[in-house]
Amino acid sequence: MSSLAIDVRGLRKSYGDKLVLDGIDLNVAEGTIFSLLGPNGAGKTTAVQILSTLIAADAGEIRVAGHDLHQNPEEVRAAIGVTGQFSAVDGLLTGRENLIMMADLHHVGRQVGRRRADELLEQFDLVEAGQKMAMTYSGGMKRRLDLAMTLVGSPRIIFLDEPTTGLDPRSRHNMWLLIRQLVADGVTVLLTTQYLDEADQLADQIAVLDHGRLVAQGTPEQLKRLVPGGHIRLRFTAPEEFALAAQVLPSAAQNEESLVLQVPSDGSVHTLRSLLARIDDASLEVDELTVHTPDLDDVFFAVTGQPTHDTTDEKVTSK
Amino acid sequence: MSTVSYPMADTATMLRRNLRHALRYPGLSLGALGMPVVMILLFGLVFGDTFSAGLGGANGGFDYIDFLTPGILLMSIASGTMSPAVAACMDMTEGIVARFRTMAIFRPAVLTGHVLGNVILTIVSLALVVGFALLIGFRPNASFGDWLLASGLLIALTVALTWFAIALGLTSKTPEGASNVVLPISLLLPFLSNTFIPLESMPSGIRWFAEYQPFTPIIDTLRHLLLGTPMDNGDGWVSLAWCLAIAVVGYFWSQKNYNKGTVA
Repeated sequence: MSSLAIDVRGLRKSYGDKLVLDGIDLNVAEGTIFSLLGPNGAGKTTAVQILSTLIAADAGEIRVAGHDLHQNPEEVRAAIGVTGQFSAVDGLLTGRENLIMMADLHHVGRQVGRRRADELLEQFDLVEAGQKMAMTYSGGMKRRLDLAMTLVGSPRIIFLDEPTTGLDPRSRHNMWLLIRQLVADGVTVLLTTQYLDEADQLADQIAVLDHGRLVAQGTPEQLKRLVPGGHIRLRFTAPEEFALAAQVLPSAAQNEESLVLQVPSDGSVHTLRSLLARIDDASLEVDELTVHTPDLDDVFFAVTGQPTHDTTDEKVTSK
Repeated sequence: MSTVSYPMADTATMLRRNLRHALRYPGLSLGALGMPVVMILLFGLVFGDTFSAGLGGANGGFDYIDFLTPGILLMSIASGTMSPAVAACMDMTEGIVARFRTMAIFRPAVLTGHVLGNVILTIVSLALVVGFALLIGFRPNASFGDWLLASGLLIALTVALTWFAIALGLTSKTPEGASNVVLPISLLLPFLSNTFIPLESMPSGIRWFAEYQPFTPIIDTLRHLLLGTPMDNGDGWVSLAWCLAIAVVGYFWSQKNYNKGTVA
């Protein structure tokens, strides 16, 4: 039990008659990244607000960093750092002043505080901006300052509520690098996101939250196993080519109406090459070939029961 | 095992933050500083003669500027409550307070920082008013001890009203709303008191309100201290009781508003 950074059982919260969290259980091991994945309104932010002592739960046993959250909120606060969805920086202070304020609130002493502030400005690429008021920062800079402020107190557990929402791709990638670095230093991260690739990229464990319930939980690989395996999809224009191909590739699922064959595949180059060899040998005229590997999109839509999405993530090779 | 709390250090950090805000965003604080100075000049120089003529000696034979100054001092305190109310409300609408609440810092520090910051600004404002009043003829005959007592009373009222204004500001969802909910403090109390005219010359309904609201006994006490005017025996104690009551209600009400819905 002692290796659990966050241990939640039966967490419930409702606002009026609107049930936001319907009895969820979470176990987050120390030194790992745990991702709460879900669409807008699933209850992710509420869960983070409760676990970070910001709002009170209606019911549930919650232990964070080994402390009972209801009995020892101050102990929990001393162990955590939070970077919320909306920037929690003081716009009228400069970036450096914001960091020094955090250092003062952690009572690290004047010298140490200033040094730590300057180190973080360096690490987060804010040295120049450090002398300017935070209200003049771009979204990505604000987010970096926000995370830097969270790190001033060297928290053991960090809550990141949609840390990359609204960031451009480059800032997003940089944020991912920073998050990976944190965990390398032994910190536990609980991250919420609505981006499936973000959870896939970062998380050791993923819990899928939908309408206040956990609908699936596991490693990215375990979750991917929940959906049918990958395949290679072959589309034909001529019915006779389709019929011929169906004979050559007997293991394929056939869809006669759209002239599509789905050949089971693990997505490796090896199986793709051998399939292409068989197509060549039989001189088949394939109109389009797509490789489909199961990703978290499939999982998400499979477990939340929402309609299947466009297959935008497929790698398309048109002929 | 428990975390050590640092009430003084955390409050000082928050005070620094608020003073920086006052410097970076001087609009609110300059307004609060300038208004009472305009009032003392306007009523002391422009309307003063007409007012004293109309009162016909009902102000106890003093120059009008002497009669006026103690009330304007209270007016500076009252109009100074708007900026902390707005600032506290603005804090709540931004993410920074959420951050403070998830940190192991002394809980009342955030609001106490606002109060202390405003006390400092108000002291500057009071000093400005006294300075301009002296320039245009205010001639108090108070001893050093009287000045000390008067200053103590003014600061006590500032602390009390600021806590109360912050509590009001926190009930409001937007900073604009916050500036409206403190209007009764910043306008009603100074005008419907014996700041400008003696109670005897007011219509009966307003006079009844003016007689029993906190500003009137405090103004009487200040006049007594600074000018040596006679006052009812209990006024000093009534003034202190008002300050204490407003401070206690304001403090607990604002803490309650600040901690609403969070884990204590």
